[in-house]
Amino acid sequence: MHEHEHAEEASRRGVTTRTMEIAVAVAILLLGVLVSWDSHRIGSGWADDGPQAGYFPFYVGLILCASSLWTLLQTLLSGKGDGGIFVTYRKLRLVMSVFIPSAIYVTAIYFIGIYVASAIFIGAFMYWHGRFPWLKIILVSVIVPVSMFLMFEVWFLVPLPKGPLEALIGY
Amino acid sequence: MEDFSSLMQGFTVALTFHNLLFMLVGILLGVLIGVLPGLGGANGVAILLPLTFTMPPTSAIIMLSCIYWGALFGGAITSILFNIPGEPWSVATTFDGHPMAKSGRAGEALTAAFTSSFVGALVAVIVITFLAPLVARFSLRFGPPEFFAVQLLTFCSFVGLGKGHPAKTIAAMMLGFALAAVGLDTVTGTLRMTFGFTDLLRGFDFLIAVIGLFGIGEILLTMEEGLAFKGVHARINPRVVLQTWAQLPKYWMTALRATLIGCWMGITPGGATPASFMSYGIAKRFSKNGEKFGTGEIEGVVAPETAAHAAGTSALLPMLTLGIPGSPTAAVLLGGLLIWGLQPGPLLFVEQKDFVWGLIASMYLGNIAGLIIVLTTVPWWAAILRVPFSIIAPIIVVICAVGAYTVHNAMLDVVLMLVFGIVGYLFKKLDYPLAPMVLALVLGDMAESSFRQSMLLSRGELSIFWSNGLVGSICGLAMLMLFWPVISKLLQRLRSGNNDLDEARPVE
Repeated sequence: MHEHEHAEEASRRGVTTRTMEIAVAVAILLLGVLVSWDSHRIGSGWADDGPQAGYFPFYVGLILCASSLWTLLQTLLSGKGDGGIFVTYRKLRLVMSVFIPSAIYVTAIYFIGIYVASAIFIGAFMYWHGRFPWLKIILVSVIVPVSMFLMFEVWFLVPLPKGPLEALIGY
Repeated sequence: MEDFSSLMQGFTVALTFHNLLFMLVGILLGVLIGVLPGLGGANGVAILLPLTFTMPPTSAIIMLSCIYWGALFGGAITSILFNIPGEPWSVATTFDGHPMAKSGRAGEALTAAFTSSFVGALVAVIVITFLAPLVARFSLRFGPPEFFAVQLLTFCSFVGLGKGHPAKTIAAMMLGFALAAVGLDTVTGTLRMTFGFTDLLRGFDFLIAVIGLFGIGEILLTMEEGLAFKGVHARINPRVVLQTWAQLPKYWMTALRATLIGCWMGITPGGATPASFMSYGIAKRFSKNGEKFGTGEIEGVVAPETAAHAAGTSALLPMLTLGIPGSPTAAVLLGGLLIWGLQPGPLLFVEQKDFVWGLIASMYLGNIAGLIIVLTTVPWWAAILRVPFSIIAPIIVVICAVGAYTVHNAMLDVVLMLVFGIVGYLFKKLDYPLAPMVLALVLGDMAESSFRQSMLLSRGELSIFWSNGLVGSICGLAMLMLFWPVISKLLQRLRSGNNDLDEARPVE
């Protein structure tokens, strides 16, 4: 019973919407400052030949700041726990279990090319999330990159990033 | 009559074997995209756009717009059978569509959805056929201030018509404008916001943003919601189709209202999603069976589907005539036009007659073909959805990566796609609307250059934006839209104030 309550509480814990709301608003505010500042640097006024390059973005930056301040103030002024949970830690882990492999996949494309990276990515994903039989994993993770290869390199002649394996077969 | 003969000319362009083939491929790809979570009309078209660079523009746009129709049809399949909206605009379809499917009326619900989508689209295409040349002719008189005013109206409409908080809508929009400004300023040759990174010289391509925001963001969201695809089996046989068709005419009033809402929301950039919700809400209020909505009313399927398709289709009208897209997907198509070297706007109707009318003719044909295809192939699409998400998800990530890379053959874009994916996830969860951001990113340069040209004309006086009746009234309308959230609140308070008085009065 006690344990059950404990587990239930754990499943409800997470980042609050309020925290995220504030974090995103602050990030946008900083971006707004950056945009205005850089536009001011290159000139946001009026030159002999018309508006300077920073004229338009300068005001875009200002409005960006104003709108994020609006959201920020509204979030800060509206009482504490009314927004609820943005994402529970359990769900965050699920999201990260997609995002982190994707990030690794993108990094891997630099080194081993997109086809091999895709095969490994699809295979690993299927193994971790689906626990499929090996035959199925190998089948899917080979067929997809191979058909991609045929489509892009052979039929449409659109070159994608390639690595050592493709170099071996002459591409 | 001149337009009619142009349309007939258009049919001869669209009816070549090649273009019909592209149409078919487009519809099939579109339905597939619409059915799969994480791939939608906007990013589906964005991913396939680079493959069409070598095709003749007319064939390319026919195929891409057919992908769009297909995606509109496909969204309904997942909503009804799986209770998972494949597209945001088919969320409202789940309310009554899925209960219908669960009570064994899946075939009926699907037929109703497809047919009303078709009707909505058809009316919208007819509207485009007759209205577009008029709008194009009228807007030939537009100068830079007028163009900027129309763009202002577009963006202010997002604030006024959107469901999100005005501050968030404005923030998302300005973020789009800021991203659009990054890179080389073509007028003065100054580098803007590159902070010394040469890779940023090119600026941010909106295709990358679309693929990241809608593709990767959607995958992350879907993952979070857990993935139990529990579907209802469906088979459509001709008898069910005919039976459903026989009872559909009863709902002509609902369909008419939905079409009007859809066309209005599509032309002003409200978009298909709000249109479908609005139409569902209004149908519920006006219908005799209003209180039964949500339990499996066929009317509750007709209303959102008609509106979504009408909006999705009519979003192409401002894109073709003014160069201002009414929806993210229309924005991607607009980006395609620019890449093919076609300048959207009023002159397109004068200079590229074959292209414009070929496209409009293909809208008629594409929707007819789409209706037939989806009615006959539903079981296959449903089977695709039974493929576990742990196989589909990595494949979609791979497709997105390929799509992002092929835009400029740059690895940085693939990394940016991931960043936009996180932004999309956060924004979706915090109710920042994505559509204004994408549109601002697409239109940023255009809006800025018309603003600058106006400023040059007036030597920096903002008064040029109300210097004549035309530009003044567009700007006035824009301001009305911008402050609509405040105005409507005031009106509501006034009205409820009166009500308070009424209630305070003694009853006897």
